[in-house]
Amino acid sequence: MTGFLALEDGNVFRGESVGAQGFACGEAVFTTGMSGYQEVVTDPSFAEQLVCFTAPMIGNYGVDDARSESRRAHAKAVLMREARGPAWTDWLHERGVVALTGVDTRTLVLKLREAGAMQAVLVAGDGSEEEAVRTARAQPAMAGRALVHGVSSDEPYVFTDEGKARIAVVDYGVKRSVLRRLAAAGAAVTVYPHDVDADELAGYDGVLLSPGPGDPAPLEAETAVVGELLGRTPVLGICLGHQLVALATGHETFKLPFGHRGANHPVLERASGRVLVTSQNHGFAVAASDAEQATHISLYDETVEGLEFPELHARSLQFHPEAGPGPHDSWPLIERWVKEVADGEA
Amino acid sequence: MARRSDLESICLIGSGPIVIGQACEFDYAGCQALKVLRADGFRTIVVNSNPATIMTDPGFADRTYIEPLDLESVAGVLRRERPDAVLPTMGGGTALNLARELAEAGVLDELGIELIGAPLEVIRRAEDRELFKRAVGSCGLKVPASTIVTSLEQLAGLTAPAVVRPAFTLGGHGGGFVWTHDELRRQVEIGLHESPISQVLVEESVRGWDEFELEVVRDRVDNVVIVCSIENLDPMGVHTGDSVTVAPQMTLSDEAYQELRDAAAAVIRAVGVDTGGSNIQFARHRETGELRVIEMNPRVSRSSALASKATGYPIAKVAAKLAVGYTLDEIPNDLTGTTPASFEPTLDYVVVKFPRFAFEKFPGADRTLGTQMKSVGETMGIGRSFTEALLKAMRSRELDAGATTPWATLAETPEDIHPFFDDEILRIQEALFWIDTIEGLGAADWLRLKRLGISDAEIAAAADATEAEARAARLAHGIRPAYRRVDSCAGEVEAASNYYYSTWGEADEEPPPRDTKKVVILGSGPNRIGQGIEFDYCCVHATQSFRAFGYEAVMVNCNPETVSTDYDTSDRLYFEPLDDESVLSVLDRERPDGVVIQFGGQTPLKLARAIEQAGFRVLGTPFEAVDLAEDRERFGALLASLGIRCPEWRIVSGDWREAQAAAEEIGYPVLIRPSYVLGGRAMRVCYEPDDIKATLERALFEQVLVDRFVENAVEIDVDAVCDGEDVFIGAVMQHIEEAGVHSGDSSCVLPAQSLTAATQREIERTVRRLGPALGVVGLLNVQLAVADGEVFVLEANPRASRTVPFASKATGVNLVEAACRVAAGAKLSDLNLPRNQAPRQVSVKAAVLPFARFPGSDPVLGPEMRATGEVMATADDLPTALEKAERAAGRPLPHSGTVFLSVREADKPAAVPVAAALAGLGFRLLATHGTAVTLRAAGLEVEEVAKVSEGKEQTVVELIRRGACDLVVNTPEGSGARTDGYLIREAALRARVPCVTTIAGAAAAVHAIGNARAEAALSLQERIDAATRTA
Repeated sequence: MTGFLALEDGNVFRGESVGAQGFACGEAVFTTGMSGYQEVVTDPSFAEQLVCFTAPMIGNYGVDDARSESRRAHAKAVLMREARGPAWTDWLHERGVVALTGVDTRTLVLKLREAGAMQAVLVAGDGSEEEAVRTARAQPAMAGRALVHGVSSDEPYVFTDEGKARIAVVDYGVKRSVLRRLAAAGAAVTVYPHDVDADELAGYDGVLLSPGPGDPAPLEAETAVVGELLGRTPVLGICLGHQLVALATGHETFKLPFGHRGANHPVLERASGRVLVTSQNHGFAVAASDAEQATHISLYDETVEGLEFPELHARSLQFHPEAGPGPHDSWPLIERWVKEVADGEA
Repeated sequence: MARRSDLESICLIGSGPIVIGQACEFDYAGCQALKVLRADGFRTIVVNSNPATIMTDPGFADRTYIEPLDLESVAGVLRRERPDAVLPTMGGGTALNLARELAEAGVLDELGIELIGAPLEVIRRAEDRELFKRAVGSCGLKVPASTIVTSLEQLAGLTAPAVVRPAFTLGGHGGGFVWTHDELRRQVEIGLHESPISQVLVEESVRGWDEFELEVVRDRVDNVVIVCSIENLDPMGVHTGDSVTVAPQMTLSDEAYQELRDAAAAVIRAVGVDTGGSNIQFARHRETGELRVIEMNPRVSRSSALASKATGYPIAKVAAKLAVGYTLDEIPNDLTGTTPASFEPTLDYVVVKFPRFAFEKFPGADRTLGTQMKSVGETMGIGRSFTEALLKAMRSRELDAGATTPWATLAETPEDIHPFFDDEILRIQEALFWIDTIEGLGAADWLRLKRLGISDAEIAAAADATEAEARAARLAHGIRPAYRRVDSCAGEVEAASNYYYSTWGEADEEPPPRDTKKVVILGSGPNRIGQGIEFDYCCVHATQSFRAFGYEAVMVNCNPETVSTDYDTSDRLYFEPLDDESVLSVLDRERPDGVVIQFGGQTPLKLARAIEQAGFRVLGTPFEAVDLAEDRERFGALLASLGIRCPEWRIVSGDWREAQAAAEEIGYPVLIRPSYVLGGRAMRVCYEPDDIKATLERALFEQVLVDRFVENAVEIDVDAVCDGEDVFIGAVMQHIEEAGVHSGDSSCVLPAQSLTAATQREIERTVRRLGPALGVVGLLNVQLAVADGEVFVLEANPRASRTVPFASKATGVNLVEAACRVAAGAKLSDLNLPRNQAPRQVSVKAAVLPFARFPGSDPVLGPEMRATGEVMATADDLPTALEKAERAAGRPLPHSGTVFLSVREADKPAAVPVAAALAGLGFRLLATHGTAVTLRAAGLEVEEVAKVSEGKEQTVVELIRRGACDLVVNTPEGSGARTDGYLIREAALRARVPCVTTIAGAAAAVHAIGNARAEAALSLQERIDAATRTA
C-alpha cells in the first residue's frame, strides 16, 4: 500500500505504508540520531509530531519492551528511507503509528531546514493530496500548544522507594531514562502529575522538572507552581522543565525554526570549558534576558542550553543528560545533582 | 589562544613504501596534516621514502626528504633541520615505531625535540600488550585473556576454544584456532616447533564474536568525539583490513552502541591520547553483549581514513590541529563551515568497504583469511541503503573474470555473518531471481531494483540481455540516478559540500553552476598489484593542474585510501564505481568539456570506448591511440612502417600447440602473455616447448602473444610527453635487473648508467617518432630493450606509467602538469620545459615485495609483477643511491659476513666476478656443489653446502635458518613449489636475509656494498635549487 506526506506548503512526499492504516496530523520534524528509533517513538516529547528519521535504515535490530521510554507510542507517524521489519513495522502497526518507508527523507529534511518545521498530514493509503494539504494548513501550529496534560500520568506513583535522597519528579511527559538515571544515582523517586502543587513538592529533598512536549509558554499554571517552588527545595529542570524554570524566573522562550533533535549536538559547559556531546529534542528554546546567565551554550546555534540560579538552588538543562537514546556524556550531571541534594549542597 | 606559540617547526614522518596493511591512506593523512600545519604558519619538514606520494611533492612541505625511514636516516634529517617537534601519528606503524626508536636512542632528547600527537608513554601503552592490558583493565574493561607458553607443561589450566599464536613465524605459520583441549595440545606442540624462539601465545577465543571499530578523537581539555562506528561483516578472526565493513554500525541498539561509545572514550583516556585520534577495535558477543577490547592504534589508521571518507570528517586534519594545541570546539568543520569539529558526524547514508585481494599473483599461497592482512587494496560504496552501498563497493573491485577471491559473489558469504546482513543479501538475490525479461520490467520494478543497488549489467545478466539494452530500457522508463551530498550532518546544517554519491528515486542536489570550462578526471579505482598509488598521484596532479589552468576539475573514484578522494583535492568529487553505468551517469550530469582518462591506469581506458560512443570528448590522447598501441597487429605494422625494431612476435589462439609452433618460427626463448594486461598478469618467459605447454595448458586465453625474448638485454623505460607533433623526453631510466623481470618489480636508475651516447640518442629518436605516429597528446611511456647496441621497442603505453612520480621527482619536472597542458591544447614549445634535464645526481627506485605475507608462493622475480610499492633514494653516485634504496626498501645490504651463492647453469660465468668481488670485500663464500665447482675453478675459496634434496644433515636451509648467512644470491632454475631454489629463497625470507634472485641484481648489490659512501641527506627543495642554478 502506498501513502504520502502532505506539507502545509503544498509539498508532497510519497512512500510505502508499513505501519498502521489511516492518517495522522501533526508537526513534521526530523531527528538525526542514528540509533534508538523505538526510544524516539515512545518519547512523550514527540507527541503531536510526525517524525522523519535522517538515519537511512530504521528497524535493523528489532524491538524490545525494555527500550520503550513510556508505555505507549507518542509520535503520531514516522517517515523512513528504508524501514526494516517485520519486528519493527509490526510494532508500529500494533501501536497505531502510521509509517511510510521509501520516502525521500533527505529532501524532506532539507525542506524543513529551509522552511522550518511545518504542519503536515500523513496518509497511509489512497487519498486526495489537495485535501491533505488543506487539512495540514488547517492544523494549529505547535507554537501556543499546551500538550503536557495529554501525556502526564494521572496519579502520583513511586518509581523507587529507597535511596540517599528523596526526589520528586514532575511528569510533563517524563521518559523512563530520566527515572532510571535518578535511581541509578541513588535517589528514591516519586513521580507526580503535571498539576501537582508546590507544597507537595517542597517536602522533597529535590525536585526534577521533566521534559515534555509542546510550547512552554501557555503552561501558565505549571509555570506558577515552579515559581512558587523555587527557593524552597533544590530543583533540576530538563528540556521542558528547563524552559519552565526560565519562564518562572522571568526569561522568555521562543520557537526554533526546526528544533534540535539528535544525538550529536555539542554543548559548551562554560564553567569547565568542556564540550558535551548531547542528546537533544526540543522545538522551543530559552531567550535569556542576560546571555551571561547561561551555564551551557549550544555550539551549533549558540542558543541557551543551561541556566543556574544559585540563590534559588535551581539549575536547568535544555539537552537530555539522561540520554536514551544518545551519548552518556552528561550522565554525571544527574549523578552530581543527586549527590549534592543528598549532601545538602545542591 | 589555541595554537601553541612555543613551536615553530614540525617534522612529519611518512609511512614509506606501500606494503600490505599500510597503503596510501597515510599519504592522504600526511597531506592533510601538512596543509593545516603550513596554513597555521609552521615550518614543515617531511621524511618519506616513497616517491609516489603527494606529501613528498616539493610544494607540500618546506623541506622534503626522500630518505629511508630508519633510525640513521631520520636522525640525520632531524640533526640537519632541528625541528621543535616530530609528529609521528600520520605515518602508520612505521612512523610510530620510528618515533619510539628515536626517543629510546636519545636522539629526541639530545636535539630537544618534542613528540607531539603521541608521546612516548602513549605509544608504549598502546603497543605493548602487557601495558595495554593494564590500561584497559584500569577502566573496568577486558582484553582477551592470554598466556605465554614455552612448554607443554604450561597448558594445565588453559581452556579451549582458544587461539594459538606462535611468536615470530611468517604469516602466523604454525598457529591456529582450536576447539578442544586435545587440539590445543597438538597445536601448541606444532607452534613451539615452528617458533624460532619456541614461544606461543594461547589466547581466549573471540572467534565468531561481532567486530566493531570506533574512531575517536580527543583534545587536550579532555573533549572526546566519536567520529564514526564501523561494523565488520566478517566476524572476529578475520583481520579488519580483509573484512567487508559497514558504517555506521547496523545491528546494535542504542544502549549497546552507547556502551561501546563509553568504552572507547574510557580506553582513549586510559591510554592517554590527548591530542589526536585513535582507532579502537572491539569484539562483542552477539547474545551476551560481553565486550573485549582487541586493539587500539593511537594514530590515524586505515580505518580512520575510511571513517574520514565515510563521514566527511577529516580526522587527520583535525588530529594535526589538536597536536599543535587547538581544542575540538575551535576547529571548524570544513563541509558546513559553521559548525565545530566537536559536532559528531551523523550519516543519512550507508557506507560499505570491500577489500581487494590479489591471490592470483601468488600461486601456492594460502588463501584463508585470518589475523594477518592479505588484501592489497580497498573500495568504498555509498548508498542510501545497505544493499546499495554493498553492491557499489563490490563491483568497484573490478575483479578479473573468474578471479578466486573471498566474496567473489553474493552466494559466497562467510559463515557466522549477522542475520541482519544475511537478510539484506537475500533481498538482492530474490530481486534478481524474479527478473525474467527486460520488457517485463515496468518503471516501478526498475526503481525497486535500482534502489536495492543492482546495476544495469547485473539486471541485464539476469534477463539475458546486454547492458546497453538494459540501460536503454531503464532510461526509457525515466529512471535516472540522483546525486546527494555527503555533509557530515544529515542535512541539519547548510553545507556547501562538493562531495557526492548517487542514489535512486530521490531529488537531485544540483551543484552550483560555474561559468568555466570543466573536465572530469577518472581515477584508478582500488589499489592492486600493477595499479597502485602511482596512478592516484597522477590523477591528483591532473586535478591540481586543470584547476590551476582555470578549469573546474571533477573527480570520479571509489578508493577510500587515496588523496584523489579527499574532497579538498577537486572542485567536485563523485564517490562512485568506475564502470560504464556510473561514469556515464556522472558525465550526463556534468556535461564536461572533456574527460581525462590517461592518468588512472587501465581502469579509465576500459571505459574509453563507451565514453566516446556516448558522445563525450576524451581530452588529450584519444582512445584510438590506446588501441593502436595495444593491438599488437596494428602496433607491429606501425613500427614496421616507421622502421623501428621490435622483437619478432606472433599472435596465436590460446592453444599451447599453436604457441609452440610460433616459438619454433621465431626462436626460443619467448615471452608468452595474454593481450591487454597491466602488471604482467600471467606473463612467462619460456625457454623450451614444455614451458609453453605448462604456461598455457590450464589457462583460458582467447589470444596469446608470443614475443622473442631478447636475452641479456638492458631494459629501458622512457617517460615522455607528446603534443601530437613534438615530444619531450622526461626521463630515460635503466632497469637494474635484466629484461624479463617486470618493470614494476625491478629496480631502476636515472640517469641510465650504461648507455652509450649513440644508444641514448637512438632511444630518444625512437620515442620522438613513436609519439606523434601513435597520436599521443599527453603522457607516453615506452619500454625498450638494448642488446649488443641494438634498440628494440618492447611496448608503448600512451598513458601515465608507474614511473611518472619517480621520474618527476628525480628530474624536478612535473610531467603530469605538462601532459595536462598539452591535453588542454598547449604546444610543448609553449611550456618552457628544460631542454637538458638529465639530473646530476643519481636516483634509484627499488620495489618492495609482499612475499612474507604469502608463504607457499615462490619469492622470485619474474615477468609477472608482484610488488606492492616502491622507494626512492638519491645520491651523488650509483652505489650510494643503491645502498640507500635497499635500506629504504627494508633490505639493508650487509657489509661483512657470509654470502651464500647458488645460481643456475646459464648464470654461472657471470657469477664469478660477483663472487670474486664479495670475496675481495672480505665475505666468506658458501655455495652449493655446482656453483662451488665453477667458483673454485676461477680460483676462489668456497665452502660447499648441501641442498635439501641431497638429503644431508647440514643443509643450506638449516644454515640460513640459524642466521649463519648474511646475503643469499640465488637465481632460479625454474620456479615452483618445493624445488631446492624455492626452499632456499623461502628460508631467506623467513630469516629476513636479503635474497637476490637475478645475477644483474647481485652485481649491483655488490657494487653498492663495495662503494657506497656516507652522504648527508639533501632535501628535494635543495636539489631542485641546485639543478636550477646549474641549468
